[in-house]
Amino acid sequence: MNRHIFRHEFLIRLRSVITWSLSLALLIILFYSFSPVFIDEAALMNQVLANFPPQMKAVFGLNNMDLATALGFFSFIFLFVQLCLAIQAGNYGFGLVSIEETELTADFLLTRPVSRTQILTSKLLAALASLALTNAVIWISTFIAIGLFQPGRDFEMRNLLLLLATILPFQLFFLSVGLIVSLLVRRVRSVTPYALGLGFGMYVLNSLNGIFDEVAIEWITPFKHFDAAAITTTGSYDTRLVALNLAVSLLALVLSYWRYNQRDVHAVS
Amino acid sequence: MCIIEVEGLTKYYGKSRGIVDVSFGVEQGEIFGFIGPNGAGKSTTIRLLLSLIHPTSGRATVFGKDVTKDGPEIRKDIGYLPSEVYYYEGMKVIDLLKYSASFFQKDCTQRMQELSEYMELELNRRISDLSYGNKKKVGIVQGLLHSPSLLFLDEPTAGLDPLMQRKFFDLVRQENARGVTVFFSSHILGEVQRMCTRVGIIREGRIAEVSDIKTLQQNNYKKVRIVAEGLDPQAFDLPGVTNLSKENGTLSFFFKGNINQVVQQVSALQLSDITIEEPTLEEIFMHYYEQA
Repeated sequence: MNRHIFRHEFLIRLRSVITWSLSLALLIILFYSFSPVFIDEAALMNQVLANFPPQMKAVFGLNNMDLATALGFFSFIFLFVQLCLAIQAGNYGFGLVSIEETELTADFLLTRPVSRTQILTSKLLAALASLALTNAVIWISTFIAIGLFQPGRDFEMRNLLLLLATILPFQLFFLSVGLIVSLLVRRVRSVTPYALGLGFGMYVLNSLNGIFDEVAIEWITPFKHFDAAAITTTGSYDTRLVALNLAVSLLALVLSYWRYNQRDVHAVS
Repeated sequence: MCIIEVEGLTKYYGKSRGIVDVSFGVEQGEIFGFIGPNGAGKSTTIRLLLSLIHPTSGRATVFGKDVTKDGPEIRKDIGYLPSEVYYYEGMKVIDLLKYSASFFQKDCTQRMQELSEYMELELNRRISDLSYGNKKKVGIVQGLLHSPSLLFLDEPTAGLDPLMQRKFFDLVRQENARGVTVFFSSHILGEVQRMCTRVGIIREGRIAEVSDIKTLQQNNYKKVRIVAEGLDPQAFDLPGVTNLSKENGTLSFFFKGNINQVVQQVSALQLSDITIEEPTLEEIFMHYYEQA
């Protein structure tokens, strides 16, 4: 790792990290401020939901959620948190090396006396540090939200911790998949459409769950690997899916190093 | 000792040609000119030597080290000024230069100050606010601040005003006097002629000629211009004469071969003027290109 590259990369992304983190904190706290209403009117709420067509509920992931508990309601919010995290991490992944190539600063960086492996490692660690910052903000705002709006209500702390612990591998997935896709396509002109596509695409795949029963395609989405409703109700991970998730991330990273070391960096033409 | 050695270096971008079977060597301490028109493969060659792109076949060494394997080691002692400079737009000039210097295991602060002063570069401005010429100055300071022993200049003067061009060339000469080897790629032949001791001419991806500028000029054709009464172009239609033309009593042609043949023909004439010149690099260059 080169600490100068790390520092540079981290600072260049700092404004984006702060924006994402504050927005997510706001989302969690604001959304969770509705929790007293929902939980107190749980009977009514579940009645309303019972009248929804099951497909409709499946799209919003409501089919196996219990909105009447402190954690059940949180898992509902967490789905949107995950969607934001996916877009953020995907953004950093797609842009990690492609931005330097479209803005043509890659010439500068790659003519420094450092190996490409070192450059990529420094960039990845800087991106992970940025994502860790967002991760920490989510942890803190979650506890603030629950403390503010559900004081004294009993919930399984272990389940909540299990859920929050999924954030890091979830981010890593979108970071590494974004990175390898950006290294496989010829040129990424603009990062945002790719990141939105990957994030929403995976989200929609997950929503297919329940609409078509037992379709294996949903297995490829991290929204399924780390299914918030399931984790908060069962208090456990689906080990096979988590393993699959980690394997995909790892494979994407290994391939990325290989592709990046082989890559031709072209001049302006 | 050869600082740069290139052997059969070939690069294809998919099916399109970059360079084909390029071989040459650059000696320690010389200023080597690398000339050719746009698209001939100059930048491709430099980018291969900097390991920005990877060769399809062939090999190249810099400081005796292989460019594909020892890139980071080689780049410790290389300065590179690209034809188009792009830096992180949000950064200040001083921060970019410090970032650049941070990669080298030596203190570059003093040299950085000297160079910035010499090139009249304002250190506290943002890169995004700089004009193209000023960005180029950042490139020059950035390429030299770690006192490299080999410089790659890829069409370095584009965007610099004539005054700065001269300052820049003086700077390169000073560096060269300190023993720095310079690889100077350009399509402006005048500057190559002024700066370089040897040149390589690249044409459509292949090396057409590598030679001393002097021998290139001497072994090449001469430019002959004769002004006299009653000139007969037929008399000069000798083997080795090309581009023969007559205009208002002035006969001009290019000649390659034994100059005495021309002198014999001339001796019969009543001359009012005669010049026999070595061709400029530009003319030699055009000659190579017209052959194609």
